Amino acid sequence: MVKKKIVQKSKHNEVVKAESKDLNFFYADGTQALKKVNLPVYENKITALIGPSGCGKSTFLRSFNRMHDLYPGNRYEGEIILYPDNTNILDKRVDPIEVRMRISMVFQKPNPFPKSLYENVAYGLRVRGETNKRVLDDKVEEALKGASLWKEAQGRLHDLAFNLSGGQQQRLCIARALATEPEIMLFDEPTSALDPIATMNIEELMAGLKQKLSILIVTHNMQQAARISDYTAYMYLGSLVEHDQTNQIFTNPSKKETEDYITGKFG
Amino acid sequence: MQKNQKPKPIRDLGLMRALIAKHKRFDSLFAILGIFVIASLTVTLLILFIDLVIDGYPRFSIDFFGNFPSRRAARAGILSAWVGSSLVLVVTFLSAVPLGIAAGVYLEEYAKKNWLSDLIEINVSNLAGVPSIIYGLLALGLFVYQFGLGQTILTAGLTLALLMLPIVIVSTREAIRAIPVHIREAAYAVGATKWQVCLQHVIPYSYGGILTGVIIGMARAIGETAPIITIGALTFIAFLPPSPVGLEAPFINFDWLNAGFTVLPIQMFNWISRPQLAFHMNAAATGAVIIMLTLLMNGAAIKIRYNIRKKIKW
Repeated sequence: MVKKKIVQKSKHNEVVKAESKDLNFFYADGTQALKKVNLPVYENKITALIGPSGCGKSTFLRSFNRMHDLYPGNRYEGEIILYPDNTNILDKRVDPIEVRMRISMVFQKPNPFPKSLYENVAYGLRVRGETNKRVLDDKVEEALKGASLWKEAQGRLHDLAFNLSGGQQQRLCIARALATEPEIMLFDEPTSALDPIATMNIEELMAGLKQKLSILIVTHNMQQAARISDYTAYMYLGSLVEHDQTNQIFTNPSKKETEDYITGKFG
Repeated sequence: MQKNQKPKPIRDLGLMRALIAKHKRFDSLFAILGIFVIASLTVTLLILFIDLVIDGYPRFSIDFFGNFPSRRAARAGILSAWVGSSLVLVVTFLSAVPLGIAAGVYLEEYAKKNWLSDLIEINVSNLAGVPSIIYGLLALGLFVYQFGLGQTILTAGLTLALLMLPIVIVSTREAIRAIPVHIREAAYAVGATKWQVCLQHVIPYSYGGILTGVIIGMARAIGETAPIITIGALTFIAFLPPSPVGLEAPFINFDWLNAGFTVLPIQMFNWISRPQLAFHMNAAATGAVIIMLTLLMNGAAIKIRYNIRKKIKW
């Protein structure tokens, strides 16, 4: 094949950063959690996944960094293609560690390591073999600034991360995910454990982050999806029901089920 | 009664209070039972310990720790015994701890969960309950005769290591299991390999629990007598093993591993089996030393665990 930069354009006329193709997923006990999901993630856009509990949105998200590989017996079918290099990240020959180095993740519950702020942010770089103190210092600072935590963290870089508040811990986790300059960042209900002000901070942060990377976020909170995302996908029982521009989904959904969920008749 | 009051769900307040009082009686009954059991155990141990201290008190002196055993009770000491116990424990520590931690980490992080790992798990738990004399017999057959290691400090250390291994493995596994899944996933999510996760996260975070297990295992090992007798430790020994550190290069030698030895509980056993009462005094003093060492080690374990728990909160 001729090596050229493949720029995938979608029906929405956006640059596609990654795309799931007929993605099926089976847990070790045989339950099928995803059914033929076809969903693009656009470059420099925020794509939100909404749907009732158990609809497979987290499962879908965690397929993007092969988190399911940590537990034996889980099985993927189909592809997730990462552009521009056209890599199928679900391919058995692709090492999940390589995938996780390109696509980072922020979890539901703030989960800093029981180490210092500095070590938390620097960890991803250390894993990549960076030992130069100056480079580490610079990148840690840059990441903390990117996660709007620098002001609070500046003077206490060597404090334990547990001494931060919940919202600060979550921003620290964002800084940790950001330090390695990922292409895509996955957010798994990042604000569900936080108070409204911390939630607002993180939402503002995400709006800034999308200048640099692409974001896929799972959220339980429909207002949040409406506020921050450019595109929204509604999932139900493991299938993708509808995917469109966020304002389209929330003002004029094309499917009845989506409308029922959004208006609160269901779910 | 006021007019606007809503009907109460509780019809008979007196009956309800009687019911609560009845249930609370069981509360206090159980608490009293618990206090009684704990108190009787503690008091028994305390009386035993005080009795040993009173019996052995006249013998506590620098000389007692600095003298070799002797035919004359008043001049006999536990020098060879405590040196022997310490050296044996060094061997035990150096062999059981790395092996035990490695086994625990492997079983928890690497091994596939199937019938084989279940079988190993059951076996490891059972090993912790096997009578120590069985380990002595195993060591006699394996280390002394098969490997020809002789009746030496090395053999004794390895034997006690076998005894301690299951304790270290079990406590390592439990400490690892206490690490929340989301911390582990966080490490994997930034691209760490399994080995990096183990070395940089799992082991450091479970360090407190592992150390507690190690110290408790050592405290058990220090008091073990049966397996050491089985492999044939000397009961009367009036010399020290060669010193592990020398004045000439290379400054460290391993001859002590092959030396004959005795340990504290054997010394105590030896003295108590003598007819003269004066030797019984020595035995009591030795017993008090062993109990104090054990209490000190357990105390250290509790302190370490407390300190680490204070630092790590999930």
